Amino acid sequence: MAQLLRGGCSGRIFKSGATVAARSMSTAWWHQVEPAPKDPILGVTEAFLADPSPNKVNVGVGAYRDDNGKPVVLECVREAERRIAGNLNMEYLPMGGSVKMVEETLKLAYGENSDLIKNKQIAAVQALSGTGACRLFADFQKRFSPDSQIYIPVPTWANHHNIWRDAHVPQEKFLYYHPASRGLDFVSMMDDIKNAPNGSFFLLHACAHNPTGVDPSEEQWREISHQFKVKGHFAFFDMAYQGFASGDPERDAKSIRIFLEDGHLIGCAQSYAKNMGLYGQRVGCLSVVCEDEKQAVAVKGQLQQLARPMYSNPPVHGALIVSTILGDPDLKNLWLKEVKDMADRIIGMRTALRENLEKLGSPLSWEHITKQIGMFCYSGMTPEQVDRLTKEYHIYMTRNGRISMAGVTTGNVGYLANAIHQVTK
Amino acid sequence: MEKQSIAVSPTSGRSEARNSVFDHVVRAPEDPILGVTVAYNKDPSPVKLNLGVGAYRTEEGKPLVLNVVRKAEQTLVNDSSRVKEYLPIVGLADFNKLSAKLILGADSPAIQENRVATVQSLSGTGSLRVGAEFLARHYHERTIYIPQPTWGNHPKVFGLGGLSVKTYRYYDPATRGLNFQGLLEDLGSAPSGSVVLLHACAHNPTGVDPTPEQWEQIRQLIRSKALLPFFDSAYQGFASGSLDTDALSVRMFVADGGECFVAQSYAKNMGLYGERVGALSIVCSSADVASRVESQLKLVIRPMYSNPPIHGASIVATILKDRTLFQEWTIELKAMADRIISMRHQLFEALRSRGTPGDWSHIIKQIGMFTFTGLNSEQVAFMTKEYHIYMTSDGRISMAGLSSKTVPHLADAIHAAATQVA
Repeated sequence: MAQLLRGGCSGRIFKSGATVAARSMSTAWWHQVEPAPKDPILGVTEAFLADPSPNKVNVGVGAYRDDNGKPVVLECVREAERRIAGNLNMEYLPMGGSVKMVEETLKLAYGENSDLIKNKQIAAVQALSGTGACRLFADFQKRFSPDSQIYIPVPTWANHHNIWRDAHVPQEKFLYYHPASRGLDFVSMMDDIKNAPNGSFFLLHACAHNPTGVDPSEEQWREISHQFKVKGHFAFFDMAYQGFASGDPERDAKSIRIFLEDGHLIGCAQSYAKNMGLYGQRVGCLSVVCEDEKQAVAVKGQLQQLARPMYSNPPVHGALIVSTILGDPDLKNLWLKEVKDMADRIIGMRTALRENLEKLGSPLSWEHITKQIGMFCYSGMTPEQVDRLTKEYHIYMTRNGRISMAGVTTGNVGYLANAIHQVTK
Repeated sequence: MEKQSIAVSPTSGRSEARNSVFDHVVRAPEDPILGVTVAYNKDPSPVKLNLGVGAYRTEEGKPLVLNVVRKAEQTLVNDSSRVKEYLPIVGLADFNKLSAKLILGADSPAIQENRVATVQSLSGTGSLRVGAEFLARHYHERTIYIPQPTWGNHPKVFGLGGLSVKTYRYYDPATRGLNFQGLLEDLGSAPSGSVVLLHACAHNPTGVDPTPEQWEQIRQLIRSKALLPFFDSAYQGFASGSLDTDALSVRMFVADGGECFVAQSYAKNMGLYGERVGALSIVCSSADVASRVESQLKLVIRPMYSNPPIHGASIVATILKDRTLFQEWTIELKAMADRIISMRHQLFEALRSRGTPGDWSHIIKQIGMFTFTGLNSEQVAFMTKEYHIYMTSDGRISMAGLSSKTVPHLADAIHAAATQVA
C-alpha cells in the first residue's frame, strides 16, 4: 500500500483497489480554499449560543423576542398553520410563486385600492424573503441594465453589498447616516443624489433603516422623490419592516406611496420574516412597477427565467400561511393587532433604555435611541466598546454598535444600560 | 431649475407615465417543461392527459401527499414549542447529517471521517446552483460536461452559476439506450480536472441508466483522468424502489476515497415538491478541507437567500430519524416505484396489442419517472392537437402521469402518431 503511495500514480488505470490512487490525486483540488470569515451578523448568534454565562444578552440578530426574551410565533400564524395542516397538496408552485400571496402582498405595499394593481402594471413574483427578492432584482438589473450600478446607503445591511456583488452589479455609495447627530445626513444625501449620473439606480430602505433606525421624515421623502424625478433615477425599495416600525403598515409604506404619487416606476423587495415572524419560512415578494400590463407580463416572465436556474420555484408553506392570514379578514385583523403589539413593545424598550442611561448619569446624549425607529438602534459605540461589552458583560451585538431592540426586555434593560454606561463613560 | 439638470425622461406629475428603464425587456419564452402544464391547464378537453412535469400521480390521477409526511407534519404542528426562527445558513443540522447518510450510506467512511460538507438547499435545483457557484469561485476548471440529453434546466443552472457547459454523448436514439462508447470517448478526451455531471439513477429525460459494470468503467475513467464527478440524485428510491440500489453509483465513487459533489432532492421521493427540500454534499479528501469548504458555501448562500426554508427540511428530518416513520416511508416509496413500473408494462403491452410499428421495449428497459419515447416533435405536436396529450417536445413522457384508465388513450395516440406522422 505504501509503495503504491510513493510510486506515484498519474495516468494509470487501476483496478477497484485504487483507493490510494484517487485519494492522492485529488487532495490538490481544494488546498487553496481559505476558511471563510464568519458572517458578521449571523456569526454573533453563533458566539452567543456558545457562551455559558447566565447573564448573556443577545442584541445581535434582528429577530423579535417577547418580554421574556423568547422567540414568538404569532397567534395568527399558529391558526393559519392549523388550517393548512393536512393540506392535500405539496405540488410545485408556479415559478412566480403563489398568485394569491403575491396579490395580497402587493396590496400591502401599494395600497388596497392601488390603480397600479387594478391596471396590472406590476410585475411581481414570490421570492425567498427579502434577501431573495433583492438578489432576484440585482440579477434582473444586471441582465437588463448591464451598464448600471447600484447606489447603496452608508451604512446599510451588510448583506446588501454581498447581493449586488454576487450579481456582478458595480456598487456606489451615497451618504446617509450622520454620526455626529446619530441622525440623517440629509444635505449630503441630497448632494449625492444630485451628483449621481442621471438614471442611476438607488437602494432605499422604505422604513426602519437597517442598521441605523434613522428614517427620512415625510417632508424629506418628498424632496428625495422630487430630486429622483429631476434626475430620472430608479428607486428600489427594500421594505423588510412594514408594520414593524410604527405599528401601522400603511404609515410604514409612506415613502413608497410618495414615490408612486410622483409617478415613479419603482422596484420593491418585501419580507414577512419580521412582521409575520416567518423568518425561517423565507417568504417575500419582488415587484417592479411597469408602464403597462404588457410590459409587466414581459418583466415577470424574465424574473421567472432568473428564478428557474436558482431554485425553480419558491417554497409553498410560508406562502400558504401568508395568503391564509391576509385572505381572511379576522386573521388579518389579528395579525395587524399582533404587529402593533410587537412594535409597541420595541418602542417601549427604546424609552426604557434611554431613561435608564439618563438615570445612570451618562454624560452622552441618548436621544437617538427614541428618535430612531424599527428593530435597530445605532448606538454610536465603537467596535472596541462593543468588544468590551461582549468580553466583560457577555452582551452580543454586531461590531458596528447596532443594538437589536427586539432583544431588549424589562428583565435585561437595566443590565444593558449599565454595561453601555460603563464602556462609554 | 437649470436645464442641464433635467433628466432625459419626461418627468411631470402623476398624470404622465414615466418611461420605464425596462422598456426594452422582451417577453421570455415559456419554460419548456413548466410551460407544458400551463398549456394543459388551458385545454378544456375531458380526455386531456398531462405527461409533462415529473410529479407523481396516483391511479386516480391525483397528487399524493405521503402518509408518513402527513404524520410528520402533524407532529410539527402539534409541537407548540417549535418556532420559526432563521435556520443557520447551512440549514437544519439534523437534516444535513441524515441526508448525507441517506445517499452515502450510514456506514460510509467519508461520513465517519467527517469529510463531507453538507448544506441544506432549495431542492435539486438549489443544490446544483450552489455547487456551481462554489466551483466557479474555487475550482481551477470552469467547464462542466453534461450528458446529451439532460434535464432542460441543467445548462441554465450551471451557466448562471458561472461555469461553461459542454456535452458528452449519452443517449443512443438508434437503440434508445446508452451510447456507452460515445460516453467513454467524450469523457476520455475531456481536459483533466473537468467537472462531469452524472445522473445518479433514473436519468432525466431518457430513463436510460448505465449498468453496475458500466458504472465501474465510468468510475475508473473519471478517476484516471482526475475528472470531478457531480451527481444529481433526484430519484433515490423512486427508480428501483430501493434506496440503496439507487445510490449504488454514488457510493461506488465515494468508496474509492475520491472527491465528488452530490445534489439531492426530496421533491419526488418524499413528495415534497413545493417545499423545496434538498441538500448539496461535497465529499472531500479530509475533514479540514470539508470544514473550509462548508465555510465558503455559506458565502455563496448568504447573498442568494440567506438561509433555507425550515418547513420541508423539518418534515424530512422527522421522518429520517424515526425508525418507524422511516420504514413506512420506504414502503410508500416502493409502492410509488412499483406503480410506475406497472405503467411501463401496461403501456408496452398496449402498444404491442395494437401492433404499433417499431420496437417499444425501451419503455420497460428505461427506469424512473420518465420514458424517452423516441417520438419526434412533429409527432408530439400531433398527439397534443389530436389527442390532448401534453408532454415535452423531446418526446419525454412522465410515466407518473399515467393510470390504468388512461394507458389505452395514450397508446392510441402513440399508435396514431407512429403510423400517420413521419
